[in-house]
Amino acid sequence: MDAYSLSDLWSILVMQGFSGLSLFSVLLLMALGLAIIFGQMGVINMAHGEFMTIGAYTIYSFSKLTETYFPTLMPYYFIVAILGAFLIAFVVGYLVEYTLIRHLYKRPLDTLLATWGLSLIMQQLFRSAFGAREVSATLPDWLMGSWKPTPDIDIPLNGIFVMVMSILVTGAVVLFLFRSNWGLKVRATTQNRVMAGAVGINTKKIDRVTFAIGCGIAGVAGACFTTIASTGPTSGSLYIVDTFLVVVFGGSASLFGTVASAFSIAQAQSVLTFFLTNAMGKVVTLMTIITILMMRPEGLFRSKVRR
Amino acid sequence: MSRQTHQPSAVHPARQEALQHPRKGIVAALAGALILGLTGTAFGASGIAVTDKEVTVGQLHSSTGTMAISETGAIEAEQLAISQINAMGGVLGRKIKVIQEDGASDWPTFAEKMKKLLESDHVAAIFGCWTSASRKAVLPVLERDNGLLYYPTFYEGLEQSKNVVYTGQEATQQVFAGLDWVAKTKHAKTFYLIGSDYIWPRTTMKLARKYIETVLHGTVVGEEYAALGSTEFGSTINKIRLKKPDVIYAAVVGGSNVSWFKQLKAAGITGKSQTLLTLSVTEDEAKGIGGENLLGFYSAMKYFQSLNTPRNKEFVSQFKAKWGPTAPIGDVTQAAYEGPWLWKAAVEKAGSFETDKVVKAEESGTITFDAPEGMVYLEPNHHLKTRLRIGEWRADGQADIVYTSDYIDPNPFPKGY
Repeated sequence: MDAYSLSDLWSILVMQGFSGLSLFSVLLLMALGLAIIFGQMGVINMAHGEFMTIGAYTIYSFSKLTETYFPTLMPYYFIVAILGAFLIAFVVGYLVEYTLIRHLYKRPLDTLLATWGLSLIMQQLFRSAFGAREVSATLPDWLMGSWKPTPDIDIPLNGIFVMVMSILVTGAVVLFLFRSNWGLKVRATTQNRVMAGAVGINTKKIDRVTFAIGCGIAGVAGACFTTIASTGPTSGSLYIVDTFLVVVFGGSASLFGTVASAFSIAQAQSVLTFFLTNAMGKVVTLMTIITILMMRPEGLFRSKVRR
Repeated sequence: MSRQTHQPSAVHPARQEALQHPRKGIVAALAGALILGLTGTAFGASGIAVTDKEVTVGQLHSSTGTMAISETGAIEAEQLAISQINAMGGVLGRKIKVIQEDGASDWPTFAEKMKKLLESDHVAAIFGCWTSASRKAVLPVLERDNGLLYYPTFYEGLEQSKNVVYTGQEATQQVFAGLDWVAKTKHAKTFYLIGSDYIWPRTTMKLARKYIETVLHGTVVGEEYAALGSTEFGSTINKIRLKKPDVIYAAVVGGSNVSWFKQLKAAGITGKSQTLLTLSVTEDEAKGIGGENLLGFYSAMKYFQSLNTPRNKEFVSQFKAKWGPTAPIGDVTQAAYEGPWLWKAAVEKAGSFETDKVVKAEESGTITFDAPEGMVYLEPNHHLKTRLRIGEWRADGQADIVYTSDYIDPNPFPKGY
């Protein structure tokens, strides 16, 4: 490397640190919904990416509607649209659970096939509804550009936004699972379905709502990703591999494991990409993950459930 | 990025069955021979589906799957050209009938559909393919069955099949003139190369690096390839900031392209402070990326929708009248539009739909077309002689043309690269 001034290196260090954190929040946000569905319920939902796409298209539709009918509200529509993304993905998830998933709880491999089929159906529906071309939502100004604490440092505003959202969503999920009555029932059902039923918990309803909430969170994730990535019928498929990677590596039944795994994968990838090439960074990260999973098949954090 | 993992099995299932049930195999073979014999006679000696009133052509693009985003424009443009040719009375007095097949963004499917179009529909020509991978997949079938393919995408070169006409630019046409322009007008000395990780960007960047180092006497300060579908460019962008190149030279494609430009903008790298020349953004991509993220960056293409000539304005309004006012027209869309017209010219020169005669006409060096981009000349090496244009992106997703080159001879096999 040629001579760089110390201040140059410092600002790169700061931005590189932020880029790692930003990747962490992206991975975390992607994985949270799946951590609930796969981790708590054991359903392999291959259509998870498509629920993200639902969120992304919701943002796009809201942006178009606001632009046409209420142009003055453009700076604020994003907040409402994120709630919309949650609700729509929640409702779709609820219906999917009712019509498809609930018949397959005892056949995990069939669920894999069925949800994969569902993902193809959903992709084609997006294509029919929104066209095959990628679309781009008009983002409010406060989400664009960068924050400059010093002239040499640019911290992306959309990165900060995704980070804040992932903190909020994680917090909400933790509160929901560990501090609410609903969460108690969800955990009870996960741990022992028969006993939970025996003490009067409507386990079928719990399943349905849990699945729908997981899908809703995927919708929120998809909505947030419109600020950093593309929106097209198959955008969701870009995320599905990383999403499963994070959840499986973290230990499927552990929410804390998901957070830790997202953090370590993001940091490894971000640092390695900086010093090696893009491809090599990914290769080394994946090799490491495979090695660790060979030694700890249940992921970073084992669940402490008695089976 | 793709979730498909199936591999073509070593032994074809039908063959496998024939091995297990020899008698059944013989019956099937007899039936097949009978069918082939029947269809053979139905289409006359030339083996092409042409009657006194009608000639059948095929269209083979992806209208579903990942590539549908890009290929939709090409499908629309070819259909527009064909309907216009039909309105003018068709080719050699025959109306063109189109059989449209969907390659579904899956390369083996492309080969299968190509076989179907050639062997059971007996089409006279095929307009299709977009990615190099799909073109490479259909090529063996195309050459064996001696079909005609008009391929619209700008691509890496290093190929020249007698059965293909390449209406997009090959790499040397797109790369060299653009680098000349940026070196001259922006006084660029240092370049950072970034592309998606597959054959087209890698070949293109190889050409670019050599040209920068030996002809422009500049320096390549970084060369980077992102996995197809990768959406995280934070670390790459930081590396670019550290190197401070005069020019970022980019060939990122697909969904990654959107992330790349959104994250550049978010990192404060915009057209105001940084020269960026890309080979992979047309009006189609601009719609997905968002004009505000592209503002001030440059694209090197042979065609932009904003081209201010009467011929192009006519084309744009015809296209919009058929496919709606918001449909963007990119470089490949325009190149796809040229396909049916060049085929018509070649067939008329040959006075026949027969492949060998049409190929001879194509190679005569006299086939031209007054295209929206301007006159194009079909050279004996099956590529077009065209110009290169540099467009500067505006916030509305259209580009202002800031430079037009002289005509560039196609050279799919550049020496010394």
